[in-house]
Amino acid sequence: MSTHIGFDFTPPDVPGKVTGEIKYAEDYKREGMVFARLLTSPLPSGRVVGIDAREALRMDGVLGIFTADDLPPVAPPGNPALASEYVSFVGQPILAVAAVTEEIAESAIEKIRVDFERRPFVVDPLESLTPGGANAYPEGNTLVRTEEEGPEGTPIRGAEIRDVKWPQSAIDALRAGKEPKGAEFTTDWSFGDLDAGFAEAAVIVEEPFVTIGYPHHSLESRTCMAYWENGKCYFHGSSQSQSANDNGLARMLDIDPANLVFINEATGGGFGSKIGPYPYMAISGNFAKRLNRPLQLRITREQEFYIGSARSGMQGWIKMGVKANGKVSAIDLVVVNDGGMTGAGSGNSSAQHVTVAYQPENMRFRGISVYTNTTPRGAQRGPGQNEMAAVLAPIADKAAKAIGMDRVAFRRINAIDSNGFQGGGQGPVTSAFVREALDQGMRTFGWEEKNALAKQNGSKVRGLGVGIGYHGAGGRGYDGLVRIGTDGKLYIHSGVGNLGTYSYAGTCRAAAEALQVPWERCEIVRGRTDNHLPHSSGQGGSNTIFTHTRTNWVAAQDAIRKLKEIAAQDLGGEPEDYMIGDERVFATAEPSRGLSYAQAAARAIELGGKFSGEEYPDDINPITQRAVQGLAGSGLIGVAKDNIPGEGQPPGILVGFCEIELDKDTGKLEILDYTAIADCGTVVHPKNFENAMRGGAVWGVGLAAFERHVYDPQNGLPANTGLYQSKPPTYLDVNVETKMGAVNIPDPQNPTGGRGIGEPTQGAAAAALASAISDALDGHVFNTAPTTTDMIINHLAGNDYSTKYLKTNTF
Amino acid sequence: MPMRCNFLHLIISSTVAYDANNARVRVPPPRNTDRHAFHNKKTEQCFVNDSVNLQLTRRRFIKGVIFSGAAATSGAGIYLAANAQSGNGGMERLITLTINGRTRRVDVPPTETLANTLRYRLNLTGTKIGCNRGECGACTVLIDGVPNYACSVLTHNVKTKQVTSIEGVKNEDGTLHAVQQAFIAENAPQCGFCTPGQVMSAVALLANNPRPTKAEAAQAMSGNLCRCGAYEHYLNGVLRASGQIA
Ligand code: FES
Ligand code: FES
Repeated sequence: MSTHIGFDFTPPDVPGKVTGEIKYAEDYKREGMVFARLLTSPLPSGRVVGIDAREALRMDGVLGIFTADDLPPVAPPGNPALASEYVSFVGQPILAVAAVTEEIAESAIEKIRVDFERRPFVVDPLESLTPGGANAYPEGNTLVRTEEEGPEGTPIRGAEIRDVKWPQSAIDALRAGKEPKGAEFTTDWSFGDLDAGFAEAAVIVEEPFVTIGYPHHSLESRTCMAYWENGKCYFHGSSQSQSANDNGLARMLDIDPANLVFINEATGGGFGSKIGPYPYMAISGNFAKRLNRPLQLRITREQEFYIGSARSGMQGWIKMGVKANGKVSAIDLVVVNDGGMTGAGSGNSSAQHVTVAYQPENMRFRGISVYTNTTPRGAQRGPGQNEMAAVLAPIADKAAKAIGMDRVAFRRINAIDSNGFQGGGQGPVTSAFVREALDQGMRTFGWEEKNALAKQNGSKVRGLGVGIGYHGAGGRGYDGLVRIGTDGKLYIHSGVGNLGTYSYAGTCRAAAEALQVPWERCEIVRGRTDNHLPHSSGQGGSNTIFTHTRTNWVAAQDAIRKLKEIAAQDLGGEPEDYMIGDERVFATAEPSRGLSYAQAAARAIELGGKFSGEEYPDDINPITQRAVQGLAGSGLIGVAKDNIPGEGQPPGILVGFCEIELDKDTGKLEILDYTAIADCGTVVHPKNFENAMRGGAVWGVGLAAFERHVYDPQNGLPANTGLYQSKPPTYLDVNVETKMGAVNIPDPQNPTGGRGIGEPTQGAAAAALASAISDALDGHVFNTAPTTTDMIINHLAGNDYSTKYLKTNTF
Repeated sequence: MPMRCNFLHLIISSTVAYDANNARVRVPPPRNTDRHAFHNKKTEQCFVNDSVNLQLTRRRFIKGVIFSGAAATSGAGIYLAANAQSGNGGMERLITLTINGRTRRVDVPPTETLANTLRYRLNLTGTKIGCNRGECGACTVLIDGVPNYACSVLTHNVKTKQVTSIEGVKNEDGTLHAVQQAFIAENAPQCGFCTPGQVMSAVALLANNPRPTKAEAAQAMSGNLCRCGAYEHYLNGVLRASGQIA
């Protein structure tokens, strides 16, 4: 019977957050600390031809300047910490100045003169693909793979930048909502027989769509502080991940990972923008080394807009064929991604969403990612999947309507189950119960009852929507590490980062559960490398719950094995004759014959070897090896790599139901009801699950109705660098009550039954809201994300200005 | 005086980029290996470095070069408005503040914001700076009981006032304020960066309206942005702190 999994608890960092005592990177000071600030590009595209910093360097208190010359070279489209010859977006850092006070550093920045040559720029991918269109880089506008992508787990792939142009006819076709015939793509896959699929279709729906990128806006910017002592770098950073930073950051600092102490107790949001070490970490660490002083590099809010990453946008086209029984027989999908200045786009993930949400019998995907002179793009909460969910939902509604089927019934017929597939490779999933989620959601939301109500009420009109969100939600093969101390307590060492999802804590409960230790007798050890932390996944891709309940489980199993072996050695018999309970290991036949965990830990230290971490399995990662070495001799060590067998992707899936009231006079919408049901296996931590659902819903509202990049197309200047203009939803933009639930059917490939759910919470809400907006307006498909108030008003006024031509990055 | 450009030496080796899924992508060096010649032809007069020694840092190069032409920089300043008036923020003056019921004497220039004084002079780092421009509420403190953005208040203007920061909201016996306890019970913070500001706004709200509805609480706290979207958890926390849910 479960003792920890499925029960509420307070993660240990929560009290520090409500008292303000917990420390973020910028809260740390150090004796002799100096301050660096960045000088950034005012141009969207140009060439730096001269820098004159003499006046700045003469200023009292200025300690030095750090430029691209001080760092290893980075070729485009890598995102360099500091630009060298070319600048490619407004706000791109060019150099850093350090001074004894931050005011002096900032004043020094103002004294530096930079001369640029202007270069042509582009902020709209389709403009760049147009014959004669500008390229974001001198080398071209798109990244083309030069090697086949390797199997999963082989990250490095060859690629080069090329100049790709489409025939004008293809551009015109896409803008007009037709297939862009003759267009060149860089990704292309298909399964089944597309023509046969369309031939079988009773209804074919064909629509263009555009989604607009927008920044992550983590509330804590990526300010870092670093200092060096005895050849070691102590680095205070703001990251989603902990151990997953070690190797990359050490490489940036040109040191052995053993000489890096990465300190990151709490992180003020990341949402995909801080999964691994970000380029600007190289400045803090290396500049501190050069000056031989602790150095803080502050990133301001405005700079966080520029360099804090953003979602990739899409311009695309979809053709969906549906059989008379409602089954999707064919989908043809084209996605042009806005890669900003660095991103490779997430079109493939968008296509993956389509496969999971509708399980098409036949499908083709073609995609290309085009660089623009806008902010660097990277993973943002369900990258590809969630924006696709938002634009696809009203299109799917249109198809359902065309065959005369209820919108939920349409999704139900096409829903993925445990025998279903995901992605272009049609890979398996570990389990999926979307039909169950739809049924539960319909009941909780009152879909049928609400559908029966009147729609119109004066100028206000009600709309109902349904949506599906999906993201792969789990990884395998990382390490777990636990220690039973001579105090009898269980110390669970976690290399998982703390980005505010509390998955670091939830996953530790698996070890407590396996070893049957009350939570008050457990301590999570984390937050800095020198706390001896194991190799862990990066906290992205909703993976942590699945990935690290497994690692903590296997580490606990190793500890249990050792407890039984020690008991058998000391008390006679075979290890199998023993069991655990009440923080003891004891003979099954004679429970009084046993050792407490504290006694067993003391014996482990005496016995040494594998029992106390002097020896460890050879398949664990070097990061974990170092951690075990650091702990050796301090207790009974449980350490193991997750070798739990199994295959397939653990999916995180969510269905959302939304009811809105839209004022036709003002275009303003109010969310009356939002209900979400998750298919994420067993819910590990109910309270936290609820909060994840609510937070994701807020993000969904932002994606579907508010947030977008706005650039001035004349000058390439961003017009919404602040929070206020970028419009993340506030208290007043979202519903004050979210109803939620979970199917709660355990995943067979996780010992706790859990899978992740972080990202799909946004996709489902965005899709359900987009579906509801369309429903309120008689099925009008805007084919945009976001669909903002001005777009709604323009549509109601019969003006298609704001949604025509697949405009992106602008009004 | 045409000189050679050392920028061009810097982008020659293979490196690594990340795609939008954060998968690593290896990017080989640019294929165009005669970029020097290209640039020599096109922009000869602009070449800036008299050295091809890769060991030279641009700092040395910078020191040796004079340029004319319009300066164009962007530093996204946080101190500049102040500095424009009086050098490095003006003369510091010793002032007396009342912070969390304690008298604190501190040297502060007239242009410094309260958020900076709290964080960097008094080491009260619980007050967060999310935007430094009055957009997020992470820096919310109470001034004579009224929530204010500390990033948008000059310290010299609060000399005669009672300032309460997150460090000062605990009860006198050291236990947590009801709002703090309720936020813990609701597991309300996500990343926690906005949380001190949310606590301050909730404390002020309950002092004025001990039993707000959820909608009233949302209105009262709407100056506190939460990028994690933890709004409903905070509202539940307010209801719990006011005894409306248990
Ligand atoms: S930091 Fe003061 S309002 Fe954002
Ligand atoms: S909890 Fe992260 S910003 Fe509010």
